[in-house]
Amino acid sequence: MTVEMLGARIMAPYFGGSISVWGSLITVFMLALSVGYLIGGRLSTRNPNPKTFALFFIGAAISSIPIILFADAIMRPIFLAIEDPRYGSLLASIFLYFIPTSILGMISPYSVRLMVDSHEHSGHMAGLLFFVSTIGSAGGTLATSFYFVLWFDVNQILWGAVAVLLLAGSVILLINYLLQKRAADAQASRYEK
Amino acid sequence: MKNKLRLLLSLCGLMAVTQTLIAAEVIHEEKSLYRDINVVQTGNRRCLIFNVHRGDRNQTCLNVNNRDELIFSYTKMSFAGLLLTPQPKKILIAGLGGGTLPLAFNDLFPDAQIDVVEVDQAVVNVAKEFFFFEENANMSVAVNDARVFVKRAGILGEKYDYIILDAFGGDYIPEHLLTREFLEEVKQIMTEDAVLVANTFSTSRFYDHESVTYQRVFGEFFNFKLPASGNRMIITQLDPLPPRGNLITQAQSLAPSLEKYGVPLLEYPARLSTRVDWDMSRRVLTDQYAPANLLQNN
Repeated sequence: MTVEMLGARIMAPYFGGSISVWGSLITVFMLALSVGYLIGGRLSTRNPNPKTFALFFIGAAISSIPIILFADAIMRPIFLAIEDPRYGSLLASIFLYFIPTSILGMISPYSVRLMVDSHEHSGHMAGLLFFVSTIGSAGGTLATSFYFVLWFDVNQILWGAVAVLLLAGSVILLINYLLQKRAADAQASRYEK
Repeated sequence: MKNKLRLLLSLCGLMAVTQTLIAAEVIHEEKSLYRDINVVQTGNRRCLIFNVHRGDRNQTCLNVNNRDELIFSYTKMSFAGLLLTPQPKKILIAGLGGGTLPLAFNDLFPDAQIDVVEVDQAVVNVAKEFFFFEENANMSVAVNDARVFVKRAGILGEKYDYIILDAFGGDYIPEHLLTREFLEEVKQIMTEDAVLVANTFSTSRFYDHESVTYQRVFGEFFNFKLPASGNRMIITQLDPLPPRGNLITQAQSLAPSLEKYGVPLLEYPARLSTRVDWDMSRRVLTDQYAPANLLQNN
């Protein structure tokens, strides 16, 4: 949501601040999320593991970096080629935000699979995940639009979001590594007995 | 006693009736994607109002019996740019409102080409229907965002010699029209002798930020305020500003032609100031940093 709130700001210099720019942005985010949910769900059926899960966070972080570094290079040719800012902003949104957003969309269904150990608990876990992710979206929206834009440059906020995603991915990898190590140690000690 | 009460009551009733007769009458309401537009008529005076429920100020008013007369001081103040560029040939006006300003310019300079940019189609419709605004061979409206329009004009190499920025109506400030990058793009479409007239904010912290931003892009500018009006106009050009003597001479030669619009041009030169009365330590607004809507409330 942080990226979405900033998305309009990033596109305004080329496509204006009209309502259609918001329309493009929200459309592309929704489409990207839905594709992400689908792929994330599909991936979760094949050997679900925390490593893949962590890669989603890292992948989203890396695919967000072009928004910071190449936004102008991406929007300029689109602005020159398409005169109508509605379609211009739609195309620009696709190029800038589709990939990172769809990767972020993979996280939810995949984490349902990782957290659920029985059919009985699946609804409970899914509810909890939706709760956490939607609360997070609300927090990101509020913090960005009320405070971050007052305190930081747009790009600084985006780098912050990239750092948080990388950190989350790394923490998952680290925890996974520690758990595996402990399990291996426990197994080894069992064999010793 | 009863009679007195009845008299009092009927008096109250009468007052209520006359009140409604004098009071404003809403003659048209239009909802657009951006705002509620109301056309309100009080006697001869017809006004365009945005977001009436919030008690926002009138955008444009018109005297239906004397359409030439401009009513708001900020509309009149937009003519102060003539002191720097007395004979504009290509005029850009960002923000249509009721269209009285472009109509007056078209009337005054019938041979000049006037481009108006307005983001809201509904405003264009209302201006045409209720404020006698018409496009003609020399004056046309583009329904577009001003930033997009200016950027494209810059790429196409189009130049204007009189640019009026008046795109701030209602309660949401278009942040992308206040940044250093936008002003750089405006600079690109100015001819060498062009003047820029920007209707800007005169209150809050925002005054400082905006002043600092204009100064960064244009250097010294004329700060134009009238005591009776809450508006502040920034008037500037690419070349260094002319001495006050030149402004007075221009005002004297132009004032007669502006009389019918009610523009007191002779009073203006004394009000154009280059004195820095803002906090120069404020941050320049850029595309990266433009929390205008948040700053306004501070």
